[in-house]
Amino acid sequence: MFLKQVSVFLENSEGRLKSALLTLKDANIDIKSLSLADTRDYGMLRMIVSDPDGAVDALKTAGFSAHITKVLAVKLADRVGALADLLKDISGEGINIEYMYDLSLKEEGACMVLKVSDKEACERLMAGKQYEFVSAECIK
Amino acid sequence: MAIWNEAKECMSRDELENLQGKRLVKQVNYVYHNVEFYRKRMQAQGLEPGDIRGLEDLNKLPYTTKDDLRDTYPFGLFAAPQSEIVRIHASSGTTGKATVVGYTRHDIDIWSECVTRALVQCGISKNDIVQVAYGYGLFTGGLGAHYGVENTGATVVPMSTGNTKKLITMMKDFGVTGIMCTPSYLLHIAETIKEGGDLDKIKLKVAVCGAEPWTEKMRQQIEEELHINCFDIYGLSEIMGPGVACDCLYHKGLHVQEDHFLPEIISKDTLKPVADGEVGELVFTTLTKEGIPLIRYRTKDLTSISREKCECGRTTARIARFKGRSDDMLILRGVNVFPSQIEAALLEVSETLPHYMIIVDRVNNLDTVEVQVEVEERFFSDEIRELENLTRRIEGVIKTAIGIAVKVKLVEPKTLARAEGKSVHVIDKRVFD
Repeated sequence: MFLKQVSVFLENSEGRLKSALLTLKDANIDIKSLSLADTRDYGMLRMIVSDPDGAVDALKTAGFSAHITKVLAVKLADRVGALADLLKDISGEGINIEYMYDLSLKEEGACMVLKVSDKEACERLMAGKQYEFVSAECIK
Repeated sequence: MAIWNEAKECMSRDELENLQGKRLVKQVNYVYHNVEFYRKRMQAQGLEPGDIRGLEDLNKLPYTTKDDLRDTYPFGLFAAPQSEIVRIHASSGTTGKATVVGYTRHDIDIWSECVTRALVQCGISKNDIVQVAYGYGLFTGGLGAHYGVENTGATVVPMSTGNTKKLITMMKDFGVTGIMCTPSYLLHIAETIKEGGDLDKIKLKVAVCGAEPWTEKMRQQIEEELHINCFDIYGLSEIMGPGVACDCLYHKGLHVQEDHFLPEIISKDTLKPVADGEVGELVFTTLTKEGIPLIRYRTKDLTSISREKCECGRTTARIARFKGRSDDMLILRGVNVFPSQIEAALLEVSETLPHYMIIVDRVNNLDTVEVQVEVEERFFSDEIRELENLTRRIEGVIKTAIGIAVKVKLVEPKTLARAEGKSVHVIDKRVFD
């Protein structure tokens, strides 16, 4: 149900993002989607990539603070209110959405990447519902 | 310019040294019989009070350090019983434990006398209104200056720190002519006055600044910006507080109140006295103190001494503007801070010490402190909220530990400099020469 996302802590300094992306290019890793959260002092780069473990290895070797984070990647129907319905289904039992961003895949269409505060509760909640999740195979 | 106590401030060197010798003998007797720490330390060196017959025997006596104060926390070095102690002050120690000092009523009187001598030396009299804008509290700056101004007969306005607007309003409305505060705060006040277009509405003529390292250039800048005379006052709580020494209109060193505080300059390597004019560590013996008399206390402040008569007429020894410190103590906005205190605070947040660097700078004349902390594996979160919580938590424990606010900045792992051997944890970008 959960997908491996690569999270990279980046200092706000010139060329740091470029350098991270070049590292992935050199390791022949395809970025499917990314989001960048920024603060005054640092940024957090979050990516869905073709080979998350390989990406973390390459980034760490290059001196980056890179980690695997488990996120939910849900396929969304192409209709009005699909995302609102997803959030309605997912909220409850005190689950918070820490962040989310979109992911577009050729085969699967529009998807949403979400980090939830409580993975187990989320798993329980989603079990009986009709959602399709993006698997690691889909993004290879 | 007036001299408050001509008999003491202008006595001949022979007379002065004779007086110092007599007081030293008396003080050594006093500490030997009233402070177990000194008695044991003297006995360990085979010394008895009778072995100290005058100034010539001073170098037989052992040194006292800040560690000794810490090890005997809180009252171990007090010579007077609690019933005679009328006030306590405290400053931060190397490991977060405060350095505590106590004063008898006589000590407070001597302290006020010293501050008064300094103020009169700076041109302040009973005809002045003086704002004291040092922090009031455990720090000696506020109350020490306050009692001194009162003793001088001038009108004291106890501003303390923190409200610059109110300070300037009162400065204008009361016709304030003197101010005592840290030099960086005064520069900040000066800027605010100029921004408000208030320069021609104030009557300020004298500023007596201290409690932090500053430069001759800063002193001149203050004089030019505010059209006033600005003076450098020195002191440390272990010896007394502000007023141990102060410069005069000639600005050729700070006159030490030598009849109460006996100065020496020693080599920080050999610990032997160095010649007048040579830079070394400043050491003080309190000659008249009752509450917590200290023998050969190592201040860790680096300076040189001159015993030549000053153009102002005073014969007291003068110490040069400070050249730095022989330990790693930082003085931030007038507050003593040891890097080890910040280290101890970081250890509260995590079990093992993260790599960190303390960056000190002076922006718009105020000291800024940034503590950079590497985001190691165990701190990592890809949620900004978590990282911000971590930042705030670290800022909180550091503020609790050192008493002043710092900015914590998270940085990437392995980006801070690693030094060979003893790590360098402080980058001080302030300029003091």
